[in-house]
Amino acid sequence: MTNNAKVVELLKQISDKIDENAQFLTELDAAIGDSDHGINMARGFKKVVEDLPGVAEQDIGAILKKVGMILVSTVGGASGPLYGTAFMKAGGVVSGKMEINADDFLEILEAGIGGVQMRGKAEKGEKTMLDAMLPALDAMKAAGTADTRAMLDAGVAAAKEGVEYTKTIIATKGRASYLGERSIGHQDPGATSFTVILETIAEAY
Amino acid sequence: MKKIINAVDQVEEQMIEGLCKAYPQYVTRVGDTHVVARTNKKEGKVALISGGGSGHEPAHGGYVGEGMLDAAVAGAVFTSPTPDQVFEGIKAIQTDAGVLMVIKNYTGDVMNFEMAADMARDEGIKVEQVVVADDVAVDGSLYTVGRRGVAGTVFVHKIAGAKAETGASLEDVKAVAEKVIDNVRSMSMAIRPCTVPAAGTPGFELGEDEMEIGIGIHGEPGTHREKLQEADQIVDQLLEKILADLDFTSSDVAVMINGCGATPLMELFVVNNHVADVLADKGVKVYKTFVGEYMTSLEMEGFSISLLKLDDELKELLDAKADTPGFKVI
Repeated sequence: MTNNAKVVELLKQISDKIDENAQFLTELDAAIGDSDHGINMARGFKKVVEDLPGVAEQDIGAILKKVGMILVSTVGGASGPLYGTAFMKAGGVVSGKMEINADDFLEILEAGIGGVQMRGKAEKGEKTMLDAMLPALDAMKAAGTADTRAMLDAGVAAAKEGVEYTKTIIATKGRASYLGERSIGHQDPGATSFTVILETIAEAY
Repeated sequence: MKKIINAVDQVEEQMIEGLCKAYPQYVTRVGDTHVVARTNKKEGKVALISGGGSGHEPAHGGYVGEGMLDAAVAGAVFTSPTPDQVFEGIKAIQTDAGVLMVIKNYTGDVMNFEMAADMARDEGIKVEQVVVADDVAVDGSLYTVGRRGVAGTVFVHKIAGAKAETGASLEDVKAVAEKVIDNVRSMSMAIRPCTVPAAGTPGFELGEDEMEIGIGIHGEPGTHREKLQEADQIVDQLLEKILADLDFTSSDVAVMINGCGATPLMELFVVNNHVADVLADKGVKVYKTFVGEYMTSLEMEGFSISLLKLDDELKELLDAKADTPGFKVI
């Protein structure tokens, strides 16, 4: 079981990891987008950490919703609404809970990814963050919740494969779509940032 | 980087304050947000809100006033405003008749405005949206997110704003905005790039003898780069693409020659001289021409041409009174 204090700790670790990878993510974005993904994500998660003390005592649903609100109002671009919606929807499925287990985590992930699909109107194979998210969710469901370690590892492995897959396909969503075939060979920054987040969660477990 | 600013992170804030201090009779800042709203709110009519990244002045804050926008939301330079800011704007201007959002077609802009609309609907505010995608330089196929919204957006502000001023319903204002979107086409070029203050270096490089054809309003790549040509040849090239995209033959059109921020007005008139001649040759009737800076890209040097095909309704609305800091028809 993971309690609210642990979730707060995890969010700090995610923020650190995003900050470490900010330049890398921005460079990926420079190749096929508008070169701000890392900068924007780092700014958003920095603000999350700043504001966490105000909600740290609340239930996990409220914490995740607050994270979503902060990301939406600080990240900007397309990533702000996408990650913001993901966290808000994720918070919705664990409202009132002070502790969550592996089953809850799968529900959180499913709701969050559903939020990204709703907001971004994208499908698998369009070179977006969904190309890491959807395979990761499928792999974790397949692995089952009996062994949390194995479940998380399966998710990270699938997300990484998803990032590799984005190198092979043409972008049809987002600003990279104007590049057409020139987007091939480049990995998607959003799929990469999601993988960084999932990896951080798996490492912390 | 050489700019007349105080601090990189204060540019947007001080631009908004400066605008409101210059034109208090037109625009007022909404609290401490980056939203400017019409100083004299008019009740009972559909309220129009638009916005986008900063750096496009006079868009969008300069178009707030009678006969155009009721509010404009400014994001960071070249970055979409966030939903909470747009939501504050919607709340400030909403009327019983509803709110129409005029969005330029960029993934981030569309998502942020749609989220704001969701928040507003949760509070019982009627909100509709239109998305402008007038740039013929980029492919509007199924395999992209569609064309970019550029200078043609100003025609949407003008005409939908005039319609709203008549007291028309939200559905009717939206319909006329969509009519403008369906009938407006634009294309742009640049000979010198611009520098986003926070980035400190130009977004792209162009050789002294080069130009970028089909460039976006944030300096995004266009169709191609080539050796600089004479103005008339550049005009021929842009018009060819615009005229091939929509049949303007024997129609009345409104023409907008838009400077990108650092183009002398002299050169814009040189451009228009040939635009008018070519259109006359092709049997396209120029009803009204606008030459100036309407949708800039910081200090980018270049111009765009927009053509709007007019019917009687659009002509009447184009001619209706607009009194804003950046656009006047009196």
